[in-house]
Amino acid sequence: MVQELKTLQETPSQTAGPYVHIGCIPSFAGIDGVYPEDLGKRAIEDGAKGQVITITGSVHDGTGWALRDAMLESWQADAAGIYPGQDGADPKVTGFCRFAADMDTGEYTLRTVKPGRAGGQAPHIALWIAARGINIGLQTRIYFDDEDNSGDPVLSRIEQAPRRETLIAKTTGDGAYRFDIRLQGDGETVFLDM
Amino acid sequence: MTDPLIPRDRAVHPVSCDPGYKTSVARSPKWPLLSLGSTVTEETGPVFGHGVIGPLDNNLILNFSRGAAPAMGERIRMHGRVLDENARPVPHTLIEIWQANAGGRYRHVKDSYFAPLDPNFGGCGRTLTDAEGRYEFLTIRPGAYPWPNRGNDWRPMHIHVSVFGSGFGQRLITQMYFEGDPLIARCPIVATIKDRAQIDRLVAPLDMAGARPMDYLAYKFDIVLRGRRQTMFENRPEGT
Ligand SMILES: [Fe+3]
Repeated sequence: MVQELKTLQETPSQTAGPYVHIGCIPSFAGIDGVYPEDLGKRAIEDGAKGQVITITGSVHDGTGWALRDAMLESWQADAAGIYPGQDGADPKVTGFCRFAADMDTGEYTLRTVKPGRAGGQAPHIALWIAARGINIGLQTRIYFDDEDNSGDPVLSRIEQAPRRETLIAKTTGDGAYRFDIRLQGDGETVFLDM
Repeated sequence: MTDPLIPRDRAVHPVSCDPGYKTSVARSPKWPLLSLGSTVTEETGPVFGHGVIGPLDNNLILNFSRGAAPAMGERIRMHGRVLDENARPVPHTLIEIWQANAGGRYRHVKDSYFAPLDPNFGGCGRTLTDAEGRYEFLTIRPGAYPWPNRGNDWRPMHIHVSVFGSGFGQRLITQMYFEGDPLIARCPIVATIKDRAQIDRLVAPLDMAGARPMDYLAYKFDIVLRGRRQTMFENRPEGT
């Protein structure tokens, strides 16, 4: 016998299901008035420092179909690379945003500021994706095609260099980017276990 | 707090692709996940204060009607603690729940089940854990409902639960089931978890000590999030 370990196991995940909006973004599901507004409605307040950007995309399944029921969350540093809650963080940056695939088109839009470099990493936004059929939330990251991504500790650990592209948002206009997520199949997005 | 997160033990979680749960087949990555140590990005996370929580937010019996009329169904209290893998309480963290009404119907444009909507039930609630990680909700027991999968699949009674923790890498969504429900053993979504003991951890026991006579029954549901590594020997590269 050995000494007893007083550690616990993590509670197992279960799919968020098709009605995740009710719990996380009830106004999006048509439930108004229970909360004043949906949590994480915006990542930034007016006056946030830095470049305001818009990222648009959709989440595709293994057949190429864009999910209409996905719910996404983002978490990021401010323009100086400081996370909300850390000393000196921009008070106008909440850093956290919830957004959903449109029920008709599958498109999502995230409006925020371009994050700065944090902890030796290239500017990036962490994403977490929940939906019916996803049994445990998927972690990934958005990097940017107009930033210096060389030496980023996550990107450089992706062994197959072409797959790094799946984490890099593409410029489509002034402050506008496209970031499509492919859950499976050709161009499958790199998902993280961090 | 930016101590490193303990790497996730994926064996305690559901498999991502399970033919028994048909929708998971096309929505599960085929490539392995990229496993790396946590960084400041995963070790930090949003903090929600009491300012965002209204007085009825954790009372699903009353919050949809703003206290005007109670929801239909068996009144229950759902309560428990949020701990981490080191068995330490997770204080002041946000828990959100959502569920069907007593008839098994969700208030959602995509739910067209025959069971009627309850005019006094919305189906969402939220609360913060206290300093010891405790939380509670007052709600009604949700009904079981059928869903399109195999020919005749029904979801057991369940409450969806979302928890934050102190770092974005601890993010978890799960479901609470009810002790004694015969549909648990028949549910393909439950069965995506391959470890029987882990399934049991999602089944809340009836807790008569937590009930209130002549008012509500109680079910206890404790939640464990990823912990943080505790060591005096930290050799972290500069700046991470
Ligand atoms: Fe459900």
